[in-house]
Amino acid sequence: MLRQIAVPVIAILIFLGLWELLVWVNNWPNYKMASPSDLPAAFWKYKELFLQMGWQSLWRTVVGLIIAVIAGTLLGMIMGFSKIARDALYPLLVGFNAIPKATLVPVISLIFIGQHDFNTILMAFMISFFPIAVSVGIGLSTLEPEYRDILRSLGASRFTIFRKIALPKTLPEFFGALKVSVTLAFIGTNLVEIVSPHGRGLGALFKSGETNGDYPLMFAVLIALAFLGIVLYYAVVFLERVFAGWAERPQG
Amino acid sequence: MDNLIEIKGVTHAYQTASGPLPVLDGLDVAVPEGTFAAVVGPSGCGKSTLTRLVAGLMKPDKGEVWLHGERVKGPRKTVGMAFQNPVLLEWRTILQNVILPLEIVAPSMKTADKTARAMELLDMVGLTGFENKRPSELSGGMRQRASLCRSLVHKPDVLIMDEPFGALDAFTREDLWQTMRDLRRAEPFTCVLITHDLRESVFLGDQVFVLSGRPARTQYLMPVDLPDDRTLDILYTPEVADMLHILRDQIKIAQGRAAEVD
Repeated sequence: MLRQIAVPVIAILIFLGLWELLVWVNNWPNYKMASPSDLPAAFWKYKELFLQMGWQSLWRTVVGLIIAVIAGTLLGMIMGFSKIARDALYPLLVGFNAIPKATLVPVISLIFIGQHDFNTILMAFMISFFPIAVSVGIGLSTLEPEYRDILRSLGASRFTIFRKIALPKTLPEFFGALKVSVTLAFIGTNLVEIVSPHGRGLGALFKSGETNGDYPLMFAVLIALAFLGIVLYYAVVFLERVFAGWAERPQG
Repeated sequence: MDNLIEIKGVTHAYQTASGPLPVLDGLDVAVPEGTFAAVVGPSGCGKSTLTRLVAGLMKPDKGEVWLHGERVKGPRKTVGMAFQNPVLLEWRTILQNVILPLEIVAPSMKTADKTARAMELLDMVGLTGFENKRPSELSGGMRQRASLCRSLVHKPDVLIMDEPFGALDAFTREDLWQTMRDLRRAEPFTCVLITHDLRESVFLGDQVFVLSGRPARTQYLMPVDLPDDRTLDILYTPEVADMLHILRDQIKIAQGRAAEVD
């Protein structure tokens, strides 16, 4: 238990040490690259802004992610159960996923002018639903026929088979995809926050750091983003343990 | 004695990209109540199609499948199935896996009664003490035993098995033959066993059906007049050796015919 905490903490400390060393050896001024030792001051100076903006980014990412989970699961179910739907939707989804989402920021900000919360959530959703839809779709469509037959031969309904077999069997793939989606959703949120004028959230804080030439602040925002990303990621890991812990082989 | 299962003149073809693929051609199989029918035949001759027909999972193009004097039109709760792959659900314990059919067939049954019924079967196959393990913690043979318990937990009239012991090593397989024999003695049911193993078909069967190559029909029917309480030793008697010899020859004929069709 102690080792489980100590190892990653030591790794982070080593990383910060190397970063500090890099800046110090090259004698870079902090407008070129801020060093870790500059960061606590930056955090302290803007501590209220960090809490406020961090919360903004966090809740919008989580809401976008929840919508992505619902929509992605539904899409995945449609593709998993119907071959026609799969053939029809797959190229569309792949094509949509290939579009760099940064190009969509001006599009959605023109459609929904001034709706900053809505736009941010929409982007977080659009960038993160794809892995979920694909994994649920593949999980359902590759279910071995025997699994279905053990219940179908007893006259169980399609819904019962889905609830008792297909759904739990797909959970490990679902959580694998959700881990990817969490970080993607964060990218979506920040994209909108940085690019749109009069934005809010950590992205906007980053932007204001840039505008004012406050480089330690910009780096501090990056660290804050990384921190929130880690928190959300491990929240998913926790949920995975609760709902799909059976998929983990005991280590021995 | 009445026939519990009757397959009359069943013909079936699968639609494939290169046209219809006929698998069954006027197949007739009759299994009297309480007896054990072993079905052998060359690979790919439509034996698995036979199990799906009896289970009501598919309808034949032509011909009729009767169960209990009723035409089979769809799945029914009085059937149990077991496959080569034990298909145990990894997120459930062994006990919960065995109980699964009861959740469908008898949703109002009390949990305690379901558990008692499952434990009774687990005890019969020697899995007492493993009920709270996950499937991945058990050996292949033990998993197949649990799978057998699951297919019998709701006391089906008919047990349909599609090569259930095919993936096991020879000794484990022989253990399971004996388990199967004991289960039948404890709770009589009618059984259809698809197998590639001629010794298995003679040890377990009351009659052995040899199917011809694809499209399959019943090519040969061998009654197995051996005592019900047979032991593995019986497989080494001259009587059984003769039976195995005849079956082997029949399989050769079936394979020859398959070669001609291809």
